[in-house]
Amino acid sequence: MITLENVTKTYSSNIGLEDASIHIDKGDFVFLVGPSGAGKSTFIKLLLKEIDADSGSIVVDGQEVTRLSNREVPLLRRKIGIVFQDFRLLPKKTVYENVAFAMEILHKSRKQIKKRVPQALALVGIPDKADKYPDELSAGEQQRVAIARAIINKPSLLIADEPTGNLDPATADDIMDLLNKINMSGTTIVMVTHAKDIVDKMNKRVIAIESGHIVRDEQGQYGYEMAQDDVKEEVFDDAYDRL
Amino acid sequence: MRTIGYNLKQAFLQIGRNKGMSLASVFAITAMMLILGLFFVITVNVNLFSEMLKSEYDEVEFFLEDGTDADEAQAIMDKFENEPGVQEVAFRSKDDAMKIMKQRWGENGYLLDSLGDNPLPDSVLVTVDSPENASKITEAAEGMDGIEDVKYYKETVEKLTSITDSLQIGALVVMAFLIVVSVVVVSNTIKLTVFARAREISIMKYIGASNWFIRGPFLVEGIIIGIFSALVSAGVTYLIYDKIVDIIGTDVMTILSCPMVPATYLAMNLVAVFAAMGVSIGACGSIISMRRFLDT
Repeated sequence: MITLENVTKTYSSNIGLEDASIHIDKGDFVFLVGPSGAGKSTFIKLLLKEIDADSGSIVVDGQEVTRLSNREVPLLRRKIGIVFQDFRLLPKKTVYENVAFAMEILHKSRKQIKKRVPQALALVGIPDKADKYPDELSAGEQQRVAIARAIINKPSLLIADEPTGNLDPATADDIMDLLNKINMSGTTIVMVTHAKDIVDKMNKRVIAIESGHIVRDEQGQYGYEMAQDDVKEEVFDDAYDRL
Repeated sequence: MRTIGYNLKQAFLQIGRNKGMSLASVFAITAMMLILGLFFVITVNVNLFSEMLKSEYDEVEFFLEDGTDADEAQAIMDKFENEPGVQEVAFRSKDDAMKIMKQRWGENGYLLDSLGDNPLPDSVLVTVDSPENASKITEAAEGMDGIEDVKYYKETVEKLTSITDSLQIGALVVMAFLIVVSVVVVSNTIKLTVFARAREISIMKYIGASNWFIRGPFLVEGIIIGIFSALVSAGVTYLIYDKIVDIIGTDVMTILSCPMVPATYLAMNLVAVFAAMGVSIGACGSIISMRRFLDT
């Protein structure tokens, strides 16, 4: 599903990724962990071609990303579902319209949209919120809408960037159950996270990145022992980076 | 076809859900267009006035002495018929002259009735092809038997023409300037709208929307706002102008011997010009203001 070979990306002052090689199979569930600024965001941005690699090869779903033209970027992103920490729903659209938007991009017929959107909303557990606007929903519900939008076109890859970062532990567990369910149905999931509890509990493959290098790649535990305050700070730093 | 429908629907939804911004844009464009309309109206009228002047420019009028009979008048006409540059020679009787004057005075024409005997002379109208020939004929006619006076206001006409010419150029310059200003104002207003939605646009790009897919509804929105503003300002301009023609139209006719352009005639042109401008201002505004959010 995803193959990085000797990928390097340096920014003006620091390193994003250096000579990184990663292979992720179809159907995998992978956690991406590591300190802030270590290269996790760079990895995600490279997959989405939000930034270009300096060297190396990146293949997503059989497509060489580094060779895509700007015009082809939207086509790549349509094959990838994305979920963010801050949900990124369209505030002026209802829940239904937010999810439908992802299908409208693909020029799906209204009939198909009418059929699929309620199905997706039911799958993520909010079949009754279709006509609400995002600001009328709880954080957990908003993240469910974002997940419904991400999977509505049945992508083979779902990227989740700190999907539980803004949620309380109980809601976070619900969201993880949902992601697990989506993974069971065959969707590859790559999730960036700082949540030790979740990673330990799920017992999936964990890739740790530090200073642009992959330092660990094995099934199991989060592997970092951090005081809860540090975690919060890290999350804050990451959120700040994204601004 | 479905794309057009989609863009229209999204555009109307966006306008409906951003009423404040849409209204602000409409106000901005309408204000600009009203000022433009003022200059448009002035230009059109000055244009008509100068056309009228130019058509009188090529006409020399000989006023015949009182008591000149038809044969003598015919002799004068025959003499000038074959002069170089003469296109047409016509006789205008004193009764015709009075009729024309009454017509020009319009509602105030009844004042002429109190004159009793018609004081206007018979005259011969000579239409020439150029001002030079008009001057020659004026010279030749002056002092001829049976001709009391020759009317050819060369200097006055030339002065007036140069005034109207510079008025027209001035109005065009101001209009061009105003169009530039309104594109800037509108693109800034739309930029505010787009800025407020910069996040939305970036989200759309993450989901995989192509640039044109994102641009479409904004473009249509700009065009709708442009058309709407055009209709409003064309309507307002029409109503005001109609009132003005109503109030001073006859006076203008009496003083300048030139009618104002009728409001109904102006209406179609106003709508066409404003709609064309509104569409291009709206479309340009949208495209310009979205550019920085869509590259990469």
